[in-house]
Amino acid sequence: MSTMLEIQGLTKSFGPFTAVDDVSFSVESGEVLGFLGPNGAGKSTTMKMVTGFLSPTAGTAVVCGKDVTRDPIAVKRHIGYLPEGAPLYDDMTPAGLLSFVSDVRGLSGAARSTAIDHAVSRLQLDEVYNQQIGTLSKGFKRRVGLSQAILHDPDVLILDEPTDGLDPNQKHQVRELIGEMSKDKAIVISTHLLEEVDAVCSRAVVIARGKKVADGTPADLERQSTYYNAVSIRVHSDHVDSVQAALDGIGDVDRIETADTDGEIAHVIVVAKSGAAIVETVNARMREKGIPIEQLYVERGRLDDVFRQITGGRQGEIS
Amino acid sequence: MSKAIAISRRELVAYFSTPLAYVFIVIFLALAGATTFYFGGFFQRGQADLQSFFSFHPWLYLFLIPAVGMRLWAEERKSGTIELLMTLPVSTTQAVVGKFVAAWLFTGIALALTFPIWITVNMLGSPDNGVIFAGYVASFLMAGAFLAIGSFVSALTRNQVIAFVISAAACFIFMMSGLEPVQSAFRGWASAFVVDLVASLSFLTHFDAITRGVFDLRDFIYLSSVIGVFLFANVVVVDLKKGS
Repeated sequence: MSTMLEIQGLTKSFGPFTAVDDVSFSVESGEVLGFLGPNGAGKSTTMKMVTGFLSPTAGTAVVCGKDVTRDPIAVKRHIGYLPEGAPLYDDMTPAGLLSFVSDVRGLSGAARSTAIDHAVSRLQLDEVYNQQIGTLSKGFKRRVGLSQAILHDPDVLILDEPTDGLDPNQKHQVRELIGEMSKDKAIVISTHLLEEVDAVCSRAVVIARGKKVADGTPADLERQSTYYNAVSIRVHSDHVDSVQAALDGIGDVDRIETADTDGEIAHVIVVAKSGAAIVETVNARMREKGIPIEQLYVERGRLDDVFRQITGGRQGEIS
Repeated sequence: MSKAIAISRRELVAYFSTPLAYVFIVIFLALAGATTFYFGGFFQRGQADLQSFFSFHPWLYLFLIPAVGMRLWAEERKSGTIELLMTLPVSTTQAVVGKFVAAWLFTGIALALTFPIWITVNMLGSPDNGVIFAGYVASFLMAGAFLAIGSFVSALTRNQVIAFVISAAACFIFMMSGLEPVQSAFRGWASAFVVDLVASLSFLTHFDAITRGVFDLRDFIYLSSVIGVFLFANVVVVDLKKGS
């Protein structure tokens, strides 16, 4: 494992507004880093600085040993980048675009045709290969954007919201692709879909208002949730009161919530104090009192809950 | 170098993949012919030269060239493709030059398609083909100068209409600076040196000198340096504005 991307104190100010404030982290080969944050937190700005599109106010990013503020062209050679919204030349065809990108990236001869074939087959672009990009569906456009990013088999892939606007099948395909490619690459994906972090990321960095607020594995983040190790119980709604009575007085239980009641079945969540393991105690008590349980399971912790906690947002701010 | 060529090629293909290229070429050829014969009095002059052809080029370029240049950067910024382009391993200079050269070659193609008039004048008499060649070179250089201004202005805005209007106005000022209305505005108060300086900036003064057959290297250098200066400014503006 080697460090492919190192971000050091990256800062960007637009006049009095600081969009990215002293963000540092590094990504190793083989890692898929989920870059999270509410809209406007500075995710895209950070990515634009790493890819050499914007110059940082302070700090820098080092990609495969090359400093983006000193040698941006060398950095751009090592990076494959999908900008936010996957902007493409609408009047070109995928064939024309890939040929243009290979020219600019200096691919020629056999390497060039292999690279193009590879990108086209990986993203299944055959059927639209000679169609104008402007006429393609959103899903295809996104795939064309991804194809130009992976064309030169880059060491570092930076993907700004790669699955935004795709249907569930397409999302799944793109995530599989990211998983396949992660073996020998460092991949950074920004997203505000928390399910995506669970699905593809080996690590997550969260930023809010330009500052890094969390850095760890998805499991680390889940552990910070108030619902980590909480016990969910579904019982007949007649038994809700007896459940509450039965669980009263367990030391590690912080509180008992009655969530939605769906007809005859009620959902009771037993929240543990600071993530303590309570499932056995809860289960034992329920048996003791002979309450018939429809379903009982341990919550893993809720990422969206953690996300709200650490980014300090209210529900409405997360999209 | 090969990267700038790749950008030029892409850009040139893009011109021909939209109706813009064909509309431009047809209108340019029609207007070039009409002005030569109706306003220039090509036949009435009874001279075997193309002065009546070249003398209207600055006026045609005045509104046709900004139409070619307006999209160069404004469109990239509006559609966001500038982010795709500028995160490829190319320098800003390569991108600016690549795009400019594509647009310039495109106007060169339109200009080259006026060759029937050269054949016509050679059939009717025996013109000085050296002067005609110099006229074509001067016309091509002037198109380049207008385009460099247009490309620079296009990088200042994401709105193509604004780019068109401002570059047409800027080109107009450059053209007119040698003519009486502008000159008399200066003559009242400025020294002869300043008046001459303003006049020397005029495209028309330099262009007319060449098409009349007066060879002065300085006229060519002037037009080339206008291209150089505005492309340099273009690079600076793209670097400053690309993120906004």
